[in-house]
Amino acid sequence: MKTAVVLLPGLNRDRDMIAALRTITGKAPQTVWQTETSLPDVDLVVVPGGFSFGDYLRAGAIAARSPVMRAVAEAAAKGMPVLGVCNGFQILCEAGLLPGALMRNAALRFVCREVKLEVVNARTRFTSAYGQGQIIRCPVAHHDGNYFADEATLKDLRDNDRIVFRYAEGTNPNGAINDIAGIVNAAGNVLGMMPHPENLIEPEHGGTDGRGIFESALGVSQSVAA
Amino acid sequence: MIKARIIVTLKTGVLDPQGKAIESALSNLGIDGVGQVRQGKVFDVTLEGDDAASAKTRLDAMCAQLLANTVIENYSVEIV
Repeated sequence: MKTAVVLLPGLNRDRDMIAALRTITGKAPQTVWQTETSLPDVDLVVVPGGFSFGDYLRAGAIAARSPVMRAVAEAAAKGMPVLGVCNGFQILCEAGLLPGALMRNAALRFVCREVKLEVVNARTRFTSAYGQGQIIRCPVAHHDGNYFADEATLKDLRDNDRIVFRYAEGTNPNGAINDIAGIVNAAGNVLGMMPHPENLIEPEHGGTDGRGIFESALGVSQSVAA
Repeated sequence: MIKARIIVTLKTGVLDPQGKAIESALSNLGIDGVGQVRQGKVFDVTLEGDDAASAKTRLDAMCAQLLANTVIENYSVEIV
């Protein structure tokens, strides 16, 4: 299992993501700096969280126009699985790989807490390790996680089962429309989500609920990875 | 040289929590009669050359590709 992590100035969850991928695959992911114009041949590329370019202009806006993101878009168009977490989700939306936008949290506060997520679609390549409708725990840490899309886009997301995660049990931390926490692209190979599954993959983290996303995407089972 | 001012505003119907917070701060200051506040952004840009038509094309391109997120924002361009 080969993985890669995109590195951009201002990210701060890249090392968490690298550690998670190393734990799950047994191998360190390759890192790809922002100026790179192509990606290595891997089974999963991850755009991690943080505050790329200081969130100047809009969260993820500058990063989305960097050379490496053009390479990510090209690889995604050819079917490479891409996961964007937190700032990574914002970047994928800004880059046009996913629809909609992530706006300032409705309460205007940075939120750092645990939420409940409903697995709305367990048939994606990122969620097959979960049960349909399963409720999992996941940490969030963001200031701009308030997902917004127009009605036509929301209808498309709903009708085509592209809403993958919803904040459940009243835990929507940011005012996201329809409680949307994560969506996939039409082809199903690009997932963006605000919560941080990479921070809940070992018992020492207090739980392993986030593991399923990586295990699904990489086709590794718990027993093999453990 | 051409100077332009670009104004980016949130589309109607898009919630503006920052605008709401400003409304409440204005109310706390005792400034009455404020209906609604919507926060936006202003960019002052200078461009090389003197051809307004070419400048307008470049300004529209920078708005559509970077300065505004047209999912949630509108923009207007004025050559000043």
